[in-house]
Amino acid sequence: MVATEAADLVAGLPPAPAIWCSGLRRRYGRRQAVDDVSLEVGRGEVVGLLGPNGAGKTTVIKMLLGLVRPDAGEAMLLGRPATDPAARARVGYLPELFRYQPWLSATEVVALHVRLLGVDVPAAEQRGLLELVGLGERGADRVGGFSKGMQQRLGLAVALVARPELVVLDEPTSALDPLGRVDVRDLVLSLRSRGVAVLLNSHLIGEVERVCDRVVILDRGRVAASGTLTELLGRRELRLRLTGLSPAAEARLAATGDVERADDWFTVALPADDDGTAVPDLVRDLVALGSRVHAVEPARISLEERLLGILRAGEGGDE
Amino acid sequence: MSNARTVGTIAALTLREASRRRVLLALAGLTVVLLVLSGWGFSRFAAEQGGGALTSGEGRLTASILLNLVMFGFSLIAALGTAFLAGPTLAGETESGIALAVLARPIRRSAVLLGKWLGLVIFGTGFVLLAGLAQCVVVWVTTDYWPPDVVAALVLLAAQTTVLLTLAVLLSTAISPMASGVVAVGLFGATWVAGVVGAIGASLDNDAVARVGTVSRMLLPTDGLWRGAMHAFQDPSALIEFGGQEAEAFPFLSPAPLTAVYIAWVVVWVAMVWGLAATSFVRKDL
Repeated sequence: MVATEAADLVAGLPPAPAIWCSGLRRRYGRRQAVDDVSLEVGRGEVVGLLGPNGAGKTTVIKMLLGLVRPDAGEAMLLGRPATDPAARARVGYLPELFRYQPWLSATEVVALHVRLLGVDVPAAEQRGLLELVGLGERGADRVGGFSKGMQQRLGLAVALVARPELVVLDEPTSALDPLGRVDVRDLVLSLRSRGVAVLLNSHLIGEVERVCDRVVILDRGRVAASGTLTELLGRRELRLRLTGLSPAAEARLAATGDVERADDWFTVALPADDDGTAVPDLVRDLVALGSRVHAVEPARISLEERLLGILRAGEGGDE
Repeated sequence: MSNARTVGTIAALTLREASRRRVLLALAGLTVVLLVLSGWGFSRFAAEQGGGALTSGEGRLTASILLNLVMFGFSLIAALGTAFLAGPTLAGETESGIALAVLARPIRRSAVLLGKWLGLVIFGTGFVLLAGLAQCVVVWVTTDYWPPDVVAALVLLAAQTTVLLTLAVLLSTAISPMASGVVAVGLFGATWVAGVVGAIGASLDNDAVARVGTVSRMLLPTDGLWRGAMHAFQDPSALIEFGGQEAEAFPFLSPAPLTAVYIAWVVVWVAMVWGLAATSFVRKDL
C-alpha cells in the first residue's frame, strides 16, 4: 500500500530537468576554465549558451557529457547522474570538433551509433535521418571524402539517431553555408515542437535569438547572466510612423505606455504583461481615431547589444 | 547497453578499420615479398644440400636458423603493423575528435578500450598465425623441414604480438599516435638487443651481463616469448650441432623452452599493462 503510494507520488512528480548541473569547476593548468557554473535546461526547452571564445562553453558541455572530468560540482542528465553512462542513452551530441571514421560510409557511421546505443532503429529511419540532414544521396560514400559541411551534417544525423530527449549542439553551423544554417534552425524548432530539449552553443547570436527560449551567457568560466529572452532584453518597444494624429489618438498612445516622439516617428513602450494583443489593438484604435498609420516596427534592444553590454560590464568590473 | 555488446561492436569496428586502412595492404605486401624471397632462398639451400655439401645434421641446423631468421622478420612486421595501428586507433581518434561522438554514447570507456584491444589482438595474432604457418609450409615444401612444435611456436609468436600491442595501447592512451608507435617498436628492438647481450653473457658465464637479458625479458616479455618460439621452431639437434652452450650466444637459436612460470608472468604482465591503459583512458579528458 505504502509502496503504491510512493510510486504514485514519484509518477506524479514532474520529470527531472533535461540538464541540471551545480557548481561545475574545471582548471587547466593555471587557468580556471570553468568556475562554479550551474545551469538547468527543462524538458522540451531550447537553451542557448553564449559567450566569447574561451569562456568555457565547450568545457561545460564536455563535463555534462562525461567527456571531461569536473574538478568539483555535479551534473544530471535526464534525471540520472552524468557519471553514469546510461544517463546518455537518450542524449544526442554534435561536438564542436566533428569528425567521423573516415574509412566508413555515412550509412555505416549512423549504423555504428545505433549499435553503440543498443537500440533497434530500422534502416529506413536511419536513411530518413541522412535525408533530413541533406545527405540522402551520399549515404554510401566514405566519410573521408566529405567536405567539412557534409561532416557536420552527418554529425547532426548522428546526434538525432538516439531518438533523443536531449540534444546538445556545439557550434552546429560553424561549417555550414547560409542554407545549412536555416536547415539547422528549422531542425531545432522541429525538435522543440516535439518536446526535445536542446542546449545550443553558438556564436551566431541571431540564430540563438530566433530559436532559444532561454539564454545562458558565460564569461571567463562563470555564468555572467541567464534568463528568458524577455528577461534579458528588458522591455519591448514599438516604433510607429503616424500622421493626422488627433488628441484622442495621442491619448490612446499615451495610455499604452511611455511615448517618445521624433517628427512623425513615435516610440511606445509596450506593457510587460502583453499577451500579444497590445499591438493589434493599438493599431486598430489609432486607425479608428482617424490616424494614418505608415509603419509599425517592433523595436527591441538586440541580444547582441545586450551580450556586448554584459561582457563589457564584466571587463569593467575586473579593473 | 551491455558492456559485452560494446566490446564486440568496437572490436568489429577496429577490424574493419584495419582491413580498410592501408595497413592491411602493406602487411600483405611485405608478407608476400618475404614468403617469396624465403621460398627462393630455401630452394637454393635445398639444391646445395642435395648436392651433398651439407650433412643432414648441418642441413637441419641451417634450416632451423634460417626459419628463425625469417620468423624474426615476420614478428618485426607484426610488431610494426600492430604498433602503428594501435596508435592511430586510440590516440589518433582522441586527437582528431572521432572519439568525442563515440564516447558520448551510453557506453563505458573501459569497454571501448577492451574492444579496441580485442580487435587489435585478433588482427595481429591472425596475421602472425597465418603468415607463420605459410612460412612453415614454404620451408616444408622446399627443404622438407617441419618444426618440432609448430603450434606452440606460432602461439608464442602470437603472444609476443599481443604483448607488444598491449604496450602500444597503453602508450597511445598517454602520448601522440606516432610517438606511441615509435616508442613501442623501439622498446621491442631494445629488448631484443638486451636479450642477445644477456645470451652472450650467459655463454661467457658472466652473470652481470646475463642479468641484462633476464631483467629486460621480465620488463617487456616480447624477447622471452620470441626465444620460446624459436626453440619450438628449431630442430632439437640444432643446438648440439651448433656446439652446445656456445649456441646460447647465437641470436637465432634458443637453448631452452619457456617455463610455465614465465608464461604465467606474461599473462599477469598483459593484464597489468591493460589495467594501466584502462585507468589512463578512463581518466583522460577529451
